Amino acid sequence: MSQATLRVQKISGHAGTVPGEDTQRQYTVAKLVDTTTCIGCKACEVACVEWNDMPFSPTTFDNTYQTMPETRWNYWNLITFDEHEKEDGSLMWLMRKNQCMHCAEPGCLAACPSDGAIVQYTNGIVDFQQDKCIGCGYCISGCPFNIPKFNKETKRVYKCTLCTDRVSEGLEPACIKACPTGCLHFGSKEDMLVLANERAKQLKDHYSFPNAGVYDPQGVGGTGVIYVLHDATQPELYGGLPSNPTIPLMVKLWKGPLKWLGNIAMVGGILGLFVHYLRFGPKDRDETPSEGARP
Amino acid sequence: MTHLDQVLPRGRVLRYPFSERLNHWIAAFSYIYLLLTGLAFWSPWCFWIAAVLGGGQVSRTLHPWVGLIFFLAVMRMYQLWAPQMKAAPVDKEWWRSLEHYIGNEDDKMPPAGRYNAGQKALFWSFFYCAIILLLTGIVLWFPEQIPWNLRWVRYIAVFLHPVAALATIANFLIHIYMSVFAERGAFGSVIRGDVSLEFAKRYHPGWYEEITGGSSKPRK
Repeated sequence: MSQATLRVQKISGHAGTVPGEDTQRQYTVAKLVDTTTCIGCKACEVACVEWNDMPFSPTTFDNTYQTMPETRWNYWNLITFDEHEKEDGSLMWLMRKNQCMHCAEPGCLAACPSDGAIVQYTNGIVDFQQDKCIGCGYCISGCPFNIPKFNKETKRVYKCTLCTDRVSEGLEPACIKACPTGCLHFGSKEDMLVLANERAKQLKDHYSFPNAGVYDPQGVGGTGVIYVLHDATQPELYGGLPSNPTIPLMVKLWKGPLKWLGNIAMVGGILGLFVHYLRFGPKDRDETPSEGARP
Repeated sequence: MTHLDQVLPRGRVLRYPFSERLNHWIAAFSYIYLLLTGLAFWSPWCFWIAAVLGGGQVSRTLHPWVGLIFFLAVMRMYQLWAPQMKAAPVDKEWWRSLEHYIGNEDDKMPPAGRYNAGQKALFWSFFYCAIILLLTGIVLWFPEQIPWNLRWVRYIAVFLHPVAALATIANFLIHIYMSVFAERGAFGSVIRGDVSLEFAKRYHPGWYEEITGGSSKPRK
């Protein structure tokens, strides 16, 4: 992956400081996905597979328009299709472009034990470095969006790179480039939020979507992919998008309090035993030292 | 009932036959590998250990397999020692006298059998931790096989595995300290199998009575 103009701000499994941290400011980038203008054409799916040079991945037909049930190690971008019955009994399509959300506080990175296998660039992109991946799969448990996927052959985990190689050269991601309806936008997070809120307001004021809104979940510090939804109060309708995603509690407990308690207990235990030896010595100190030993 | 066959010449007594010693060291070496690679996955400050042991990928690949060996060794220990690790009436008294045990006042301790109450606790703690580590370890071995709607299984595993591992580390530290530093003669017993009669009488009076029938006087 080209990292020509990218600086790192977070490193997984890393002891000490982050080299280059804060040496350079960059816009936080974001994709904006307007689900209300997505027509489900899957051009973005194809563009992703093509640009990232993925091997062929067989599709699954299960009586929906969806290409496969969930993303794969070599299929990072998937439109979820859901038929939603509205209150008046009429049907509507809910189509959502599903991919890595590029969380500001990534659970995958927090869970990863391998130094540098997951990095977050100063522009907010979360990127897996497969050469440093040890294949433990902790990132799979850390992710609240079911995104990292394991490849059995290479024993590494893969996901959307937000086209790091393109973005670092000043290009938009491949999926954005391919979108024919303009439902996909790419730019600074700031600009995308303005655009998204404008669109949500439009949907509320001029269309019959009083619950329209922007999905930028704060439980993970906001995301690098934001959605405009017809009904932002029910994101689950859109292929199970979690309404309040966070790093799983057990992962937080493991990487937070348990780690501290465990480290204190281990170091304290060793020191305690050493002090015990200084104070009391071996159990037979008053005897001749050879007593317990072989004659 | 006496076990005079365990009493060896020159004031020695057989404590661990070959099968027990071999099994102990299979468990010990596999545990040390698991501890080192486990620590590498536990903290970034220890990740260098994985590099020393052949790299992160190698450590991740071998850790589960070595874990299986450790688990089987612990199960074999159960087979060998479970009857001797059963709680005895004297154990409660032993725990009440823990202060004397820590203060090296072994003459004030109630007479322990082949294993004292602390050793029994260590054994059962290792036994149950090994079961937890195996069950959670299998989940962590193949995390990608757990479907998304069963993800809570993964969450339990990522938390319980280190919790059980930390419990074994507490056991391990105490075990090493007692056998290598505190009780002279204990480390040799798991290498060569025998201890002195004095050792048996000092630390395991109940066991001493059992094997000598109380008749044989220790060589002074």
